[in-house]
Amino acid sequence: MRKLTGGHDRVTVSGKNLREAIADLDRQFPGIASQLLDDGDIKASIAVAIDGEVGTSGVLDTIRENSEIHFMPSIAGGT
Amino acid sequence: MAESTNGNGNYRVIGTRPIRHDGVDKVTGRAKYGADYAFPGMLFGKVLRSPHAHANIKSINFDKALKMPGVKAIVTAADLPEAEDSTQQVGEAAMNPRYLSMNILAHDKVLYDGHAIAAVAATSIHIAEEAVRLIEVEYEVLPPVMTVDDAMKKNAAILLPKLRNKEEGDHPTNTASHLQFKRGDVAAGLQAADFVVEREFNTAMVHQGYIEPHNAVGLYNSDGHGTIYCSTQGAFDVRSMCAQVLGLSVGMIKVVPAEIGGGFGGKTTIYLEPLSLMLAKKTGHPVKLVMTRGEVLRASGPTSGSKIKIKMGCTRDGKITGAEVWMAYEAGAFPGSPVGAGAMCVLAPYNIDNFQIDGYDVVVNRPKTAAYRAPGATNAAMAGETVIDELAEKCGLDPIEFRVANACKEGSAQIVGPPYKRIGFIETVEAIKNSPHYKSELKGANRGRGMAAGFWFNAGMQSSATVNIQTDGTASVITGSADIGGSRASMAMITAEVLGMEVTDVRPTVADTDSVGHTDVTGGSRTTFATGMAVYNAAQDALKQLKERAAKTWEKKPEDVKFEDGKFSAEGDGIKPMTVKQLAGRLARTGGPVTGRAQVSTGGIGVGPAFAATCVDVEVDPDTGKVQILRCTVAQDAGKAIHPSYVEGQMQGGTSQGLGWALNEEYFYDAKGTLRNSGLLDYRMPTCLDLPMIETAIVEIPNPIHPLGVRGVGEVSIVPPPAAVANAIYRATGVRMTELPMSPPRLLKAMLENRRAHDLQAAAAD
Repeated sequence: MRKLTGGHDRVTVSGKNLREAIADLDRQFPGIASQLLDDGDIKASIAVAIDGEVGTSGVLDTIRENSEIHFMPSIAGGT
Repeated sequence: MAESTNGNGNYRVIGTRPIRHDGVDKVTGRAKYGADYAFPGMLFGKVLRSPHAHANIKSINFDKALKMPGVKAIVTAADLPEAEDSTQQVGEAAMNPRYLSMNILAHDKVLYDGHAIAAVAATSIHIAEEAVRLIEVEYEVLPPVMTVDDAMKKNAAILLPKLRNKEEGDHPTNTASHLQFKRGDVAAGLQAADFVVEREFNTAMVHQGYIEPHNAVGLYNSDGHGTIYCSTQGAFDVRSMCAQVLGLSVGMIKVVPAEIGGGFGGKTTIYLEPLSLMLAKKTGHPVKLVMTRGEVLRASGPTSGSKIKIKMGCTRDGKITGAEVWMAYEAGAFPGSPVGAGAMCVLAPYNIDNFQIDGYDVVVNRPKTAAYRAPGATNAAMAGETVIDELAEKCGLDPIEFRVANACKEGSAQIVGPPYKRIGFIETVEAIKNSPHYKSELKGANRGRGMAAGFWFNAGMQSSATVNIQTDGTASVITGSADIGGSRASMAMITAEVLGMEVTDVRPTVADTDSVGHTDVTGGSRTTFATGMAVYNAAQDALKQLKERAAKTWEKKPEDVKFEDGKFSAEGDGIKPMTVKQLAGRLARTGGPVTGRAQVSTGGIGVGPAFAATCVDVEVDPDTGKVQILRCTVAQDAGKAIHPSYVEGQMQGGTSQGLGWALNEEYFYDAKGTLRNSGLLDYRMPTCLDLPMIETAIVEIPNPIHPLGVRGVGEVSIVPPPAAVANAIYRATGVRMTELPMSPPRLLKAMLENRRAHDLQAAAAD
């Protein structure tokens, strides 16, 4: 993802939910939204943690001022 | 056994060890497994499988087979609708329906020895087997690509002509994806190190080794609805995946999960299920398919073999300054290895400021890999934990001290960035340090002791539960979680705890997809966490309703009713406390049945991360390279052990599998890509004759986000054993092993080379 943000590992965005945050991210780094979204929602291969907890509502997950958002691979488990 | 650190002082039922509700049926043969199902007019199915690892299919002719008396139908990929080529969420994994369809039945290419090509339904299994032999397939055999090294070469034969990755642009490739995790400046970090260790590891492909083969019985109604009975870890996932492959909506399929004889992740996908429904639709009869052991090994998903290169440095007082990891995992015939998980686990227990981890998902002509207990993490730990052992030795530090000095704690950033909440890594490795095993002296020639640690995220996801209060005051608890390790007993215990009942008065049921709300797979160590949470909430909902009924009975407000020590009570003249049993008799007259309901969506990965640590003593035969496990102890943070015996069972089971992975298990293919050890005689898993009783230490650092403190326990114990054994072998022989399995021929070769090198050194010194 750093390749899409000019090498930055941290960027600041604004918005009240993930949809707005990703839209702002895409304004700053055009094209990044297409790497994160599929058909308007978070891609199945990506998990998003907001303030340390993986969200359950996709782009509707709310964020607060100073929230920390991490995009991670989605992982399968075994037993 | 070592005792839990917290005991069960706060609970009446949780933390005790009642006999599991399904135990008697399981040990007397009454429990119904998938292959036990029989229906009137049922037919038997058999699959034609490729003898080639890599070939184009030029033609398939099944005229002769279809004419055979007793044969009722044959299906091939031509009977499947076009599946979408996209990544979709099914259960806890992302999957591509097109690739799933191509794995169920080969389309224009076969991609591994055992790849399914056609399925036959006949009036007997023997007729079906004969008919399969009459199907004529013309192949154009292609060169097999069997290792990540071969697959990643510039001129490698390409498995999937349409596969592309972002870095190689529009060039056909066998590398499905490349991911990278980075923090700080790894070059500077390694530069700052006093000691640097760099090693390359190769781990073999291994199978989950469940005793019960895959099976499915499909029934199809003329109204278009189908029912599948099968052995599965996730009935709702089977439903979703079959719907995708067959072009149906999920509401058209009901899945009934049978009892399961082991899964370990291997039964979180589908093989025979859509075939059973396709054949049932074509014949108008129920159709049963059961894999043989050979088919299980050839054609169901093992876990990845891998190549891992790791370079790690530390200061002389034991602080890790930097780490660089390169990992390539075999995905099998279609993309989707657990390299992402491996990359996120390899350094997970440690607080490292500078690292770079690169992971590659690589297709090869082997069966499509499936999940296996903490998928990807065991391979990664073999590399990470042996290098850490080597650095600890260079610093002159005890291996546990080294790990504690670099340990992640609450607030430390995970590899992917978010901070850990409360975790128990330090407590877990210290449980090993304080164990009778670690404190004991190991004497004798050719013996050594090693330890290693491991991490797994644990998942949350969605679960539903219903608690019904029966008219006699007992309760039933209904969930959709396949029981692969005693979870239904835990659900009954949670219900009994909340409702003040005896656990024998609670009847747990695992229901089908029509009878319970959506419930994600029994996998990812999520079941007691998430389904347990749903059960807890459903029981609380039932309790709230019971309080309202007690209030109505006494003409009080619900908030005036207390529930304590299994009794409802309230202030007032003539009001006598009532048990649930006494209240249950009045339900009809106070509003009708009481049903508690709950559904939870608890987030994805990392909802209750868990750590394990393993200590093992070995004795190595210097003449044969055979390793005897003398003693083994596993410590694991369970958060809160609902049923300690079943937690210990998971710990021992995972450890046993890890030890087999360490010492003997591997897929052996010949030069043509044919699997040569497709039976349990030659695919050598440990038996009770190979292992000592595994000692356990349950650590309980409560998970802050669960009402009972539960963390998943099913997986992480498989992660440390190979590295622990490698570290023990080093201390016994002086040889650092970097290949799995560390089987006798490999270890003997390494020991002989080591001795030769020492002899040469000694001769040169003279």
